[in-house]
Amino acid sequence: MTSARLAFKQPSILPGFGLSFGFTLAYLGLIVLFPLAVLILKSAGLGWTEFWRLALDPRTVAALRLSFGASAIAAAINLVFGLLIAWVLVRYRFVGRRLIDAMIDLPFALPTAVAGIALTAIYAPNGWVGQFFAPLGIKIAYTPLGAVVALVFVSLPFVVRTVEPVLAEIDREREEAAATLGASRLLTVWRVVLPSLVPALLTGFTLALARSIGEYGSVIFIAGNIPYVSEIAPLLIVIRLEEFDYPAATAIAAMMLGISFVLLLTINLIGAWSRRRFGHAV
Amino acid sequence: MRSETIAASVAERPAKAWRPATSETPATRRVLIAIAGIFLGLVLLLPLGAVFAQAFSGGWSLYLAALAEPDAVAAMRLTLLVAAIAVPANLVFGVAAAWAIAKFEFRGKSLLVTLIDLPFSVSPVISGLAYILVFGSHGLLGPWLDAYGIKVAFAVPGIVLVTIFVTLPFVARELIPLMEEQGAGEEEAALSLGASGWKTFLFVTLPNVKWALLYGVLLCNARAMGEFGAVSVISGHIRGLTNTMPLHVEILYNEYAFQAAFAVASLLAILALLTLALKTFLEWRFAGDMAGARGH
Amino acid sequence: MDIRIQKVSKAFDRFPALHDVSLSIRSGELIALLGPSGSGKTTLLRLIAGLEALDAGRIHFGDTDASHLSVQERNVGFVFQHYALFKHMSVLDNIGFGLAVRPWRTRPSGAEIHRRAEALLELIQLPGLGHRFPAQLSGGQRQRIALARALAIEPRVLLLDEPFGALDAKVRKDLRRWLRELHDETGHTTVFVTHDQEEAMELADRVVVMSNGRIEQIGTADEIYDSPASPFVFSFIGASNALKVTIEYGRIHHAGQPLALPKGDAAVPDGPAKLYLRPHDLRLTDDGAGAIRGIVTGTRRTSGTRLLEIEVGPQRERLEVEVPVSATIAARETVTLRPERWQLYSDA
Repeated sequence: MTSARLAFKQPSILPGFGLSFGFTLAYLGLIVLFPLAVLILKSAGLGWTEFWRLALDPRTVAALRLSFGASAIAAAINLVFGLLIAWVLVRYRFVGRRLIDAMIDLPFALPTAVAGIALTAIYAPNGWVGQFFAPLGIKIAYTPLGAVVALVFVSLPFVVRTVEPVLAEIDREREEAAATLGASRLLTVWRVVLPSLVPALLTGFTLALARSIGEYGSVIFIAGNIPYVSEIAPLLIVIRLEEFDYPAATAIAAMMLGISFVLLLTINLIGAWSRRRFGHAV
Repeated sequence: MRSETIAASVAERPAKAWRPATSETPATRRVLIAIAGIFLGLVLLLPLGAVFAQAFSGGWSLYLAALAEPDAVAAMRLTLLVAAIAVPANLVFGVAAAWAIAKFEFRGKSLLVTLIDLPFSVSPVISGLAYILVFGSHGLLGPWLDAYGIKVAFAVPGIVLVTIFVTLPFVARELIPLMEEQGAGEEEAALSLGASGWKTFLFVTLPNVKWALLYGVLLCNARAMGEFGAVSVISGHIRGLTNTMPLHVEILYNEYAFQAAFAVASLLAILALLTLALKTFLEWRFAGDMAGARGH
Repeated sequence: MDIRIQKVSKAFDRFPALHDVSLSIRSGELIALLGPSGSGKTTLLRLIAGLEALDAGRIHFGDTDASHLSVQERNVGFVFQHYALFKHMSVLDNIGFGLAVRPWRTRPSGAEIHRRAEALLELIQLPGLGHRFPAQLSGGQRQRIALARALAIEPRVLLLDEPFGALDAKVRKDLRRWLRELHDETGHTTVFVTHDQEEAMELADRVVVMSNGRIEQIGTADEIYDSPASPFVFSFIGASNALKVTIEYGRIHHAGQPLALPKGDAAVPDGPAKLYLRPHDLRLTDDGAGAIRGIVTGTRRTSGTRLLEIEVGPQRERLEVEVPVSATIAARETVTLRPERWQLYSDA
């Protein structure tokens, strides 16, 4: 008995392990693990054919496609602009830099419902921005494009915040070395700086993607929610719930969880791979 | 030779043309800053501005009237109540988890850390669904609890529980990296000097992590008050009873009461701005006392 | 390629880093910039490379005025203190980088770049490591790769910033000898920065001693050591003692007593001056006339010799004197010392 306990935990003179560890496990178990386990059990209880019948329902597939497609586009947009913003914030000194730096986290702090109605107000055909697009025949709010705009908002901070610290710690000597070897500034950025940001960019992209896939509050206001067109998967879960169609809701949730799991696994593999290859400077 | 033509061409070039090898031309800088500024303006600042513009579109009196409306007051009260339960609960959890994880070595630690982060990778709607599957009238425990007259789903306890679920990682993930970095040396010293376990925690551990703790609480609170998806699923949208502020915003908006919706939303936006201001202050003032202060 | 640096000045945020520095480096020479931190040696190296902008003065590479050439146009090989290898590239890609980024008209083919990189790996005696990544190499190996990368662009001049600063003592000695051999083999004009006098004296053809943004002396190791041009050089290179003296009618007086030393050929005017003495240039003597008198306050044994600490004169100035290990001298004993060599600098 004692040896088994020693094997589990290394001895320490600090007290309170039993209490804190036990409490942590119980709390985590009750709040997080138990409900999620029930969800997984329920979806497993549907049976193989029933599960796939529900999961491959055309409306579900359309909703999943929109959720993942719009999320991928939003994450890609944030990949480009997030890198640009991180670059500007880390490398340049200008008036308002600190303010912009603080504002980057607004999507973390602003409730998504507030973001949703505000974005809708701006990008609606008669809104501050939408009015310039309406004459061109481009509708942003109440279309899948609106969903992309909302997802760009909610996942904006991820790429910026993962790239910023890495960029700040990049050794300027490498860029100087590239310059002494004759590389132009553009070539130096492309071949020396960017490759060392790739792991951070990928992590930021994946976090933004994962966040966007699960997003609900901001999208439902702006997307228009037309079945098969601009209806996202989380919304379809809510609709099925309101219809008391628990099996369908569970099947959609299980599909989303499965894909999220694959994404998290990918992040970890990317991290492990780049650490193995380039040392610990990810 | 080529070098001579270069020399001839640079002889007249003023010294100012030289620029450091690790920076871009001033023109490039200006363009990049402008692009970043325009993007952030379109995506971040305009929406924020729109909230306040719409909220005050009917003037102060309508704004105040929207906030004084009984359902709005009930929503504010419920939001404060939920945060007042969820935040302290997750504070205690965060401290306990960080103590166990950072000060001791045991097997499966990284699995535990991953599990603590789990709520961040689950869609809020899915977490709401999971709670319905447990506590709903057709759920696992729902009928049994119903028999004792306890309602969780479509009631305040459900809202509190999903809020705890969604905001569970905030405090823990601020504390764990910091306390791991600090190690157990100071606690061991205090114990060797005869302090009790609780005294060691109160007078040695807590002062070392107080700013990170505040930081975590701040983020936890912002999310607890603003959570929409999970709460929306579990609440049942009963006006005046299970409506939090974000849900109330939705209801008003869907009833085309735009000005009132934005008035309530503006309160949440002010809360967000306060959170950002405090957060920025903490990062600026106590950056050294917070390990993983950035990026979630 | 010879390098002429003329009246160069540089300031950072109004803090002067270099004042009016001039230096001529002959083609094929191996030059050390030696000085304490903050002396401006690295700034001078970075100005030659074009990594910093000149405030005033000119830099010529051969007949070319390079003063306003960008770093890319200067074609210098720069080896950074912490190597600055590209960690996402293999060793071969690192070495070939300078060739691969040339404009396409002057760029060698991929196969040619590969061949040249392999040849450089041979030159630096690390064949077969081409497909490793920098993280998989030791510090000494990285240093050599950084050197090969700099050599690959056939630079006009090779510049090394504290090339051995980050290595441990044993590797440092090996690499020092190796660099000297490599230099003799390839004949590149080479400038390196160091704060290690032993390294500078052993490796360089000429040493440039710098302090506070100025050049104190330029010379061979012998010249620097035997005839230091300033008190700074005397005390920076090797162990030294200094005594406050006055010159009266061309004779040296210490503590009011004349010293039996001719003033030497250095033209030091009458007035206050400083007498600099190396510990091993002082001899114990029985002849007290015109010698330096002092009281032994302590003795220390170092590896090959014994060091006496001696207090001299009413102001209790401290001298260190090297004596044979066999010498038996007790503390509080009064001794008389006669300098065999010395250096006198005006203290006006």
